[in-house]
Amino acid sequence: MTPFLTLLSKELLRFWKVAFQTVAAPVLTALLYLVIFAQALEAHVQVYPGIGYTVFLIPGLVMMSVLQNAFANSSSSLIQSKVTGNIVFVLLPPISYVEFFSAYVIASIVRGLSVGIGVLAVTWWFVDLPVKQPLWALSFAILGAGLLGTLGLIAGIWADKFDQLAAFQNFIIMPLTFLSGVFYSMQTLPSFWQTLSHFNPFFYMIDGFRYGFFGVSDVPVLHSLSVVAGALIVLCLFTLRLLSTGYKLRY
Amino acid sequence: MPPALRIEHVSKRFGGLQALDDVSLEIAEGEIFGLLGPNGAGKTTLISIIAGLARADTGSVSILGADVVRDYRVARRRLGVVPQELVFDPFFTVREALRFQSGYFGLGENAAWIDEIMHHLDLTSKADVNMRALSGGMKRRVLVAQALVHKPPVIVLDEPTAGVDVALRQGLWAFVQRLNRDGHTIVLTTHYLEEAEMLCARIAMLKSGRVVALDSTKNLLARFSGLTLRLGVAGGEPPDFGTIQCVSQPGGRLELQLDSHAQIEPVLARLREAGVQLREFEVSPPDLEQVFLRLTGHQA
Ligand SMILES: Nc1ncnc2c1ncn2[C@@H]1O[C@H](COP(=O)(O)OP(=O)(O)O)[C@@H](O)[C@H]1O
Ligand SMILES: [Mg+2]
Repeated sequence: MTPFLTLLSKELLRFWKVAFQTVAAPVLTALLYLVIFAQALEAHVQVYPGIGYTVFLIPGLVMMSVLQNAFANSSSSLIQSKVTGNIVFVLLPPISYVEFFSAYVIASIVRGLSVGIGVLAVTWWFVDLPVKQPLWALSFAILGAGLLGTLGLIAGIWADKFDQLAAFQNFIIMPLTFLSGVFYSMQTLPSFWQTLSHFNPFFYMIDGFRYGFFGVSDVPVLHSLSVVAGALIVLCLFTLRLLSTGYKLRY
Repeated sequence: MPPALRIEHVSKRFGGLQALDDVSLEIAEGEIFGLLGPNGAGKTTLISIIAGLARADTGSVSILGADVVRDYRVARRRLGVVPQELVFDPFFTVREALRFQSGYFGLGENAAWIDEIMHHLDLTSKADVNMRALSGGMKRRVLVAQALVHKPPVIVLDEPTAGVDVALRQGLWAFVQRLNRDGHTIVLTTHYLEEAEMLCARIAMLKSGRVVALDSTKNLLARFSGLTLRLGVAGGEPPDFGTIQCVSQPGGRLELQLDSHAQIEPVLARLREAGVQLREFEVSPPDLEQVFLRLTGHQA
């Protein structure tokens, strides 16, 4: 076993051992959103012509679950290790910072996708969802999960306590996800909010992911892809830099 | 041959606090070396720098010639660290914890060695028990096992016997001595001076981040400490013993600090002259406790 594969399998086993909380619970949460919003809005809202609100909502909810769980995985793993002190087990061995980074982010992607697939699988029972461009959907899911896994890594490195992590989640991650167009299309917003949304990278992840299902989107899909990929690269470089200096991990 | 551990002019500040101040030490292969000092002396900080958990502001550390910063992969493979804090990962069993630790060092199939370590540390019956369910002493043993999975030539134990019961302490030291006989270099910190005295051939004492003594245990004992003579007396005021320091305690107890055995007879003679009867008599050989006290001005 290489150090990298060991750390990756440890991170995977960590959430898989408690899959009830880390996968099943978020799937249930997403379904509750779906039931409530679809119930309330199905008759009133039609975003794209010929697409019912429930069908419109599902990809957004799936992506939201992917993103939130990717973030939760790396951030909670790191903060737990830091608070309990068992982070030394991965700091003592000859694990390079690139290996460290990759293991945490890939595990986050796997967790995010597992939850996403769970939500999709369950909703498929009830709703007939088109999948026009599955590869686009998959690409956005992986890139988005990678981006949030990286953000989770940053948050986990930065936070010293659980409440600091909660603040990061409540004041940055949640607003960005809820204002990203999970529940509505940008086109239905007043122009001020439309403009603002274009500065939210989460918007492009949701929009691009949705394109994978309906073949239509608010902005051209290549545009979304370049924004998401660009943001991911910038964050990766930033995080690798943090790790290489040992920021908050090695004192 | 480079030494097992070479520490050269290492300094480290935390804000306004000088945690380590120009520390230099060399530890040869095959030694059991004791790092002693009161709380806050900088022992854990020094170990953290050796392990790469912390970085020195200035100075350098190398393990068997491998610099812990520049050549960190090689250096870390040569080092096993038992941390001071009783840390564990609550998600895993003992065997899983050891397997992961082994994999982090790039080792593939290592089950036989893991079983052997568990056997020596009496962990076999707990192999598939979750870490959370173990007592403090058991968790400490797992920490020792985790430090050994990659068969490191140099092993550092940071107060491994703090808060551990007597039986485990003895078992642990027997195991450490065995590792040493098998060729491992051992560095340990402890609060129990008698342990350091019994185990370590050489000792460094730290105080406020500085090395205040670095010598063989034998030399330190000979250089710094004399005998303690404890007497129980009755019938009369104890006389003046001149230059010999004497503390009298209630119940007719006297404690005298002597430089050598030759002073015992004159002390007894003074007591006879003063008409004082001798009830109890005890001579304690030099011990590290006194060396420690004199050098650091702290109770251990
Ligand atoms: N991460 C840290 N930040 C600030 N101060 C620290 C840190 N680690 C240790 N210290 C301080 O450095 C000094 C040395 O601590 P330490 O190395 O733990 O001593 P010892 O292990 O000998 O008891 C103490 O005063 C301690 O409070
Ligand atoms: Mg300490």
